[in-house]
Amino acid sequence: MSRAEHIDVGKTADLARLRLTPEEAAAYGGQLDRILGYISQLERADTEGVEATAHPLGLTDALREDVAREGRGVEAALRNAPKRSGDQFLVPKVVE
Amino acid sequence: MSDALNECTVVELRRRLRAGEICARDIVLSVEAAIAARDEVIGGYLHRDVERALAAADGADLSLPLGGIPVAVKDVINVAGQPLTCASKMLGGYVSTWDATAVARLKAAGAIPFGKVNCDEFAMGSTTENSALRVTRNPWDLECVPGGSSGGSAAVVAAGEAIVSLGTDTGGSIRQPASFCGITGMKPTYGRVSRSGLVAYASSLDGIGPMARTAEDAALVLQAMAGHDVLDSTSLRDGVPDYGAAVGQGVKGMRIGLPKEYFVEGIEPGVRAAVMEAVRGLEGAGAIVKEITLPHTEYAVATYYIIATAEASANLARFDGIRYGHRCEDPANLREVYDRSRAEGFGAEVKRRIILGTYVLSSGYYDAYYGKAQKVRTLIRRDFEEAFREVDLIAGPVCPVPAFRIGEHAADPLEMYLADIFTIAANLAGICGISVPCGFTESGGRALPVGLQLMGRPLGETDLLRAAGEWQRVSDWHLRRPGVG
Repeated sequence: MSRAEHIDVGKTADLARLRLTPEEAAAYGGQLDRILGYISQLERADTEGVEATAHPLGLTDALREDVAREGRGVEAALRNAPKRSGDQFLVPKVVE
Repeated sequence: MSDALNECTVVELRRRLRAGEICARDIVLSVEAAIAARDEVIGGYLHRDVERALAAADGADLSLPLGGIPVAVKDVINVAGQPLTCASKMLGGYVSTWDATAVARLKAAGAIPFGKVNCDEFAMGSTTENSALRVTRNPWDLECVPGGSSGGSAAVVAAGEAIVSLGTDTGGSIRQPASFCGITGMKPTYGRVSRSGLVAYASSLDGIGPMARTAEDAALVLQAMAGHDVLDSTSLRDGVPDYGAAVGQGVKGMRIGLPKEYFVEGIEPGVRAAVMEAVRGLEGAGAIVKEITLPHTEYAVATYYIIATAEASANLARFDGIRYGHRCEDPANLREVYDRSRAEGFGAEVKRRIILGTYVLSSGYYDAYYGKAQKVRTLIRRDFEEAFREVDLIAGPVCPVPAFRIGEHAADPLEMYLADIFTIAANLAGICGISVPCGFTESGGRALPVGLQLMGRPLGETDLLRAAGEWQRVSDWHLRRPGVG
């Protein structure tokens, strides 16, 4: 398991679908390196044989009756659409 | 205590409503008058709908437990028909089409969602300075922050601009602003209150809770919200006890633990003194106080900022400019819709956390960061399990220092994160906690409020309320009001 002390901000922002300005990338790079440096103290914690915690109270199955319910409707779904066309979300051309 | 309705507790207002001395409309008008007089300075509200609130007040069913009581709602929680911004440019113009379950239950209990209040953008921050929309000031010292992320929720209750409010707590975001503003704020057990309709930040940590003038008021609001919800599969099915009754039950024989890791170097002397005076007060009321240890406390901040940012990076992927939220102008293709809409819509702290979260989840680093943090989280959780075999409650400071000056930590996010050290562990462990006023400390010539933090077992809200209620019976810090307006 590798642990870099230097974050490739450009690559990571790209994975996160965030276009950064060069100024932002430079500022975040320094700040995030410091944060990662701090976080690296976790290496000292002995977690040999320790299970990971997903739900803090150990809740597992959450089942309900398989019964159809009313949805909230098309108008509610489209109410806050940046662009719509009839009953659909309008997006730029997907296939080049 | 002031006789003005906007400064009253829920309990007092309910008594006067039922006695026919006042009507619900009077309360809304009193709150609105305080907002008109003070909010330009305090900066708590992002939206309010007085006409609709008055109509709801006129139709209020006073036989219900919260009948006629206006509630301010942190603007990360949906209230049907009201704007929802998450204090972000990303959600400009968004109008909620349905009520969060917590809000629906408050309405069913007779409460009136009166308006939306400011917070850090998407609840990420400890000062409310990350709001893209406005500055919120601490009513006790206008040069100071109200805390965060539920800073608006705390400031408006402290300033008499609300009777009670809803906040959310992912790493201390109810307890820390409650402490900074001298009010009572409770983070319930993970899963006690449904999160359906809350905009998710870190789903294994987030919770909704009440912010109020007294423990008794907080109990009433929690009572209305708590319980299983089919719309939130993480909500707990356990029965809901009588929280109001717990407030009067006293602390005789309760065992309160003081973790030695919470009373270390770096805590401001005035904070330590106020917290210890409250602990002695509870001891005087019959509690048994003993020292305990939470040995993995030092890892809490690092663990939190891995888990919270990882979950945030996934949760905030939904803001893609397609179905709702900001969309950039004239995108050349679909990819640009994502990249530019998100770049334009999110503020600096949100971007920083998304990038950190993306990084710790990315291929090759997942096990070293996220996997490791989830294991250390288990160690932190076990610390509390061990401690709660010996004690019923854990007491300590909420924050090592009182409210920061505005701009104090602007340049250094890490320094800001470190101040969350005493609140974060409760979220990682899923337990409940409360902040209650316990005194003041001098800072820059002004007296700033200090909060006592009490933490309880999972579903130990009644223990928190017993101790908080008893403390407020034997002290009067919660009755102090800042001199604003």
